[in-house]
Order: sequence, then structure tokens, then C-alpha cells
Amino acid sequence: MIRSELIIRLAELNPHLYQRDIECIVNTVFNEITDALTRGARVELRGFGAFSVKKRDARQGRNPRTGKTVHVEAKVVSVFKAGKKLREKVNS
Amino acid sequence: MEQKTVTRADISEVIYKEVGLSRNESSDLLEMLLDEITVSLAKKETVKISSFGTFSVREKNLRMGRNPKTGEEVPILPRSVLSFKPSQILKDRINGKVSKG
Repeated sequence: MIRSELIIRLAELNPHLYQRDIECIVNTVFNEITDALTRGARVELRGFGAFSVKKRDARQGRNPRTGKTVHVEAKVVSVFKAGKKLREKVNS
Repeated sequence: MEQKTVTRADISEVIYKEVGLSRNESSDLLEMLLDEITVSLAKKETVKISSFGTFSVREKNLRMGRNPKTGEEVPILPRSVLSFKPSQILKDRINGKVSKG
């Protein structure tokens, strides 16, 4: 499923809403999660999962093709941990 | 960098303000969105949200694990795990590389 299919599904479930409102809702949800992570905040959606960010220190890496040592800058990565309900649904 | 955790209530509040639905309907829509993603993933479908990231289901094989307390060997059964891969845009944004887009 891709973003546009998600919008179509939600529009089918909500025939009383304009499609552009649904689009706005979908964009709002993912923008809010992105904004929170950008601030360094955690996003917890019980049952679904939690998004958070972790800092990674700078390190010496290696180009696997040439074997040359390269410097890898410190960075922030996002992490998603699936909630219990979602994990169970995926496993059933 | 300690920040208040964002929850469903915060996100539906923004939907309420930006889209002009009632508070109830805003929270219903958020729930439906999460449900649709869950249903897709339960069918082992990949869910790809452009400029955000991709949720996918990976199958794990049976392997032997060990109970760290007793040292006893126990089989870890084949199972499905969920993985989330952030898009390049999300990665850049959380690293402060691009402005809000």
C-alpha cells in the first residue's frame, strides 16, 4: 500500500468527507510525527508502535568495496518499535 | 533534548485545528489511518508512505536461542517481524539538513 492508496481507502470509509480533507489529514499525521522526531521527541501510539530518535557517534567506517577507511559523521537515526497489538496482528 | 512525548491526543488535536473536523472525528480518522496500515501489514503487505518511510514485514527463520538466566537452549520459532525504513527525506530532516517541506 502506498500513500495514495491509503488516502483512497480512508475516503471510501468516509464518504461524507472531501478527498482533499482526507489528504490533509494523512499529511498532517506524518508531518506531526516527522516534526516531533526533528525536535528529538518520541511519538507513542499505543497498540501501533513508537517512533523515537537515537544519536549515533562519529566513527571510522570502511568502504566495503575498496577497504579504504572513511570518516562517518555523527548522526541522528529514527527508530520504530512496533506495539504489542500490531506485533500480534502481523504474527497471527 | 528531553521533549514531551507526542501521543494520539496531540496528533488528533492538530487534525482538529488544521482540517476543521470535530475533535471526535479527528481522533476517529487517526485511528482509521493506523488501522488501515495495520490491516495491510497483517496481510504482509509493504506500506510505503512517500517522504516518510516504509513499513515492511520480514520473515525470521527458526533458530536456537538460550535462556540467559538458566543457560538452557530453547528454539526461537519462525516469526514475522516488522521493520521501518525511514525515507531519505525523513533522515535528512531529523539531521537538520533540510527545512520543513
